[in-house]
Amino acid sequence: MGHTESIQELAGTRIRLMRGTRAQSEAKPTLLFLHGAGGASAWLPFMDALAQQFNLLVPEHPGYGDSDNPEWLQRVEDLAYYYLDVLEELDLHRVHLVGHSLGGWTAAALAVKNSSRLASLTLISAAGVHVRGVERVDNFIGNPEQSLRGLVHDQALADQLLAMEVSAEERERQLKNRFTTARLVWHPRSYDPHLPKWLHRIRIPTQVIWGDKDRLFPPRIGEEYERLIPGAKLTLLSNCGHLPPIEQADKTAALVADFANNVTAGEGAA
Amino acid sequence: MKFFNFHLMPYAELDVSKIRDHGSAWVTFPNSHYDPLVGSKLYNRFLDELEYADQIGFDGVCVNEHHQTAYGLMPIPGVLAGALARSVKRAQVAIIGRALPLVNNPLNIAEEFAMLDNISEGRFIAGFVRGIGAEYHSTGVNPAESLARFQEAHDLIVRAWTETGPFEFDGEFYHHKYVNLWPRPYQDPHPPIWVPSQGSAETIAWAAQHKYTYCQTLGAIKTVAGFFKRYREEAEKSGYEPTWDQCAWSTTIYVAETDEKALNEARPHVEALQNEFLRMPMEMLLPPGYTSLESFKHIQPDLIGKPQTIESLNNAGVIIVGSPNTVRERLAEYQQLAGFNTALVKTQFGTLPAEMTRNNMDAIAEEIFPQLQS
Repeated sequence: MGHTESIQELAGTRIRLMRGTRAQSEAKPTLLFLHGAGGASAWLPFMDALAQQFNLLVPEHPGYGDSDNPEWLQRVEDLAYYYLDVLEELDLHRVHLVGHSLGGWTAAALAVKNSSRLASLTLISAAGVHVRGVERVDNFIGNPEQSLRGLVHDQALADQLLAMEVSAEERERQLKNRFTTARLVWHPRSYDPHLPKWLHRIRIPTQVIWGDKDRLFPPRIGEEYERLIPGAKLTLLSNCGHLPPIEQADKTAALVADFANNVTAGEGAA
Repeated sequence: MKFFNFHLMPYAELDVSKIRDHGSAWVTFPNSHYDPLVGSKLYNRFLDELEYADQIGFDGVCVNEHHQTAYGLMPIPGVLAGALARSVKRAQVAIIGRALPLVNNPLNIAEEFAMLDNISEGRFIAGFVRGIGAEYHSTGVNPAESLARFQEAHDLIVRAWTETGPFEFDGEFYHHKYVNLWPRPYQDPHPPIWVPSQGSAETIAWAAQHKYTYCQTLGAIKTVAGFFKRYREEAEKSGYEPTWDQCAWSTTIYVAETDEKALNEARPHVEALQNEFLRMPMEMLLPPGYTSLESFKHIQPDLIGKPQTIESLNNAGVIIVGSPNTVRERLAEYQQLAGFNTALVKTQFGTLPAEMTRNNMDAIAEEIFPQLQS
């Protein structure tokens, strides 16, 4: 299974877009994946698995990686409105929207505003909501190694990731991603105090996926999303940290695909 | 040369191994290490020292602002400047500086400084800074907005000081229906504005364009000379020639009978300041957005927080420690080399105790002023 990638102007901003190849030519439902703070500079096995069943779109957010860094981008809200523009410009319908971490927050904020082009929503380890008293690791004050170790549960995987050679270009992308993330989430740190009061407006089928060992956004936050979005269902992944798409790629992809397929099948039946 | 006594007001009576164990004296260093019985005495001791500086002939006294740190106990420097505006009778009183982007209403700073200017009957100097990176962790202000907030707050404050109110201010960050300052500043058009920096090219250019005094906070004298040269070049671009008074160098001076004695006495206190109180990880010092992405790429992490000895600092001309003769010669030489006429002198530093601080101040006043003060 392959993918294509291109830099293209979408909704007025030049961004890098990855797409799964095979499903593109077939009539498959569209799945839009919004990445987290770490960016989306590589085509991951998680994406490959989804691309077998869906017309998968993975844009790199404005401000991230090889995408342009527009001045209007100051808040996660801006990103949510941007992707509403993208959905309109590409004239996409019945989209399965999937967001991880920062992308999960973006997806939730988008769905609150307008879910008319969405078929379903999947939030994976989503930022955006704060629960008083729940302690969260601050990955802006730790050094890169501490931050990475806080992200994943299995420290052997952390060792592996830390040992990987990182090219100078990739290092620059990571730095750019960090700067943009700080601009978007610095204060309040990674949440919008106003988001919870409007989550009830999400009236499309929603699932919430969370690592039970997530230290950045502990599962209590996943429970809050489940509680506040009508009909939402939370699935906990055991022994998983903040990066389900990397730590448990197959399981996470299967959960995403099954949920989206069920929604699509339900539509057919109705 | 004009001599200002610059106090950092550190939590000096601290076992500095506590900082080492924690990793830094900033942001997350638990305030359980702060003992109010010790701290209250330190505040009064340090205020006494600045009052004494006035009595023995310093041209001015300086305080500054930092938050959530044992490095300096002056989160609200106006409190100290307010006390000094009454008790310091002759010298100027400077806050170098107040961190403009950290407040949500810069008019509070305009008001505070205007009050200080009135109470001191025009002896007040207004320093404006962005605050160091750690401050953005402590206050939650977004470091990405730091520079733009600084400039907008500056514009608002200067307008509030110089324009007749009420007027409306509508900026990107600050919005005021009525700006109408009571009191207006005592000095006309407003107190002198000083701009301390560690040497950022943008800040140097900005200070020069506005004809503000540029204060170099830390640095080896050769580097400092480069920064002051740049300041003069930027001033020239703006069409004027600045005086040497407009270049202020912040340093530490310690004087004893001989070079060796001075080095030995000052050593633990200088090294405590440099290696313990100042130490912080890169992530704390430079949160993303505090510098531009482009500048950040050129910062070499290994040059930050490298442990120093008193000899390495003294030889590089970051500090001046020695006999009266040595200190006089070096200060005169540095003045010619770098071209400054204002010295912001830390006479107390790190853990330096009260008696040694007094002796040092006396030695500076008796041995250095007669030849170099003007």
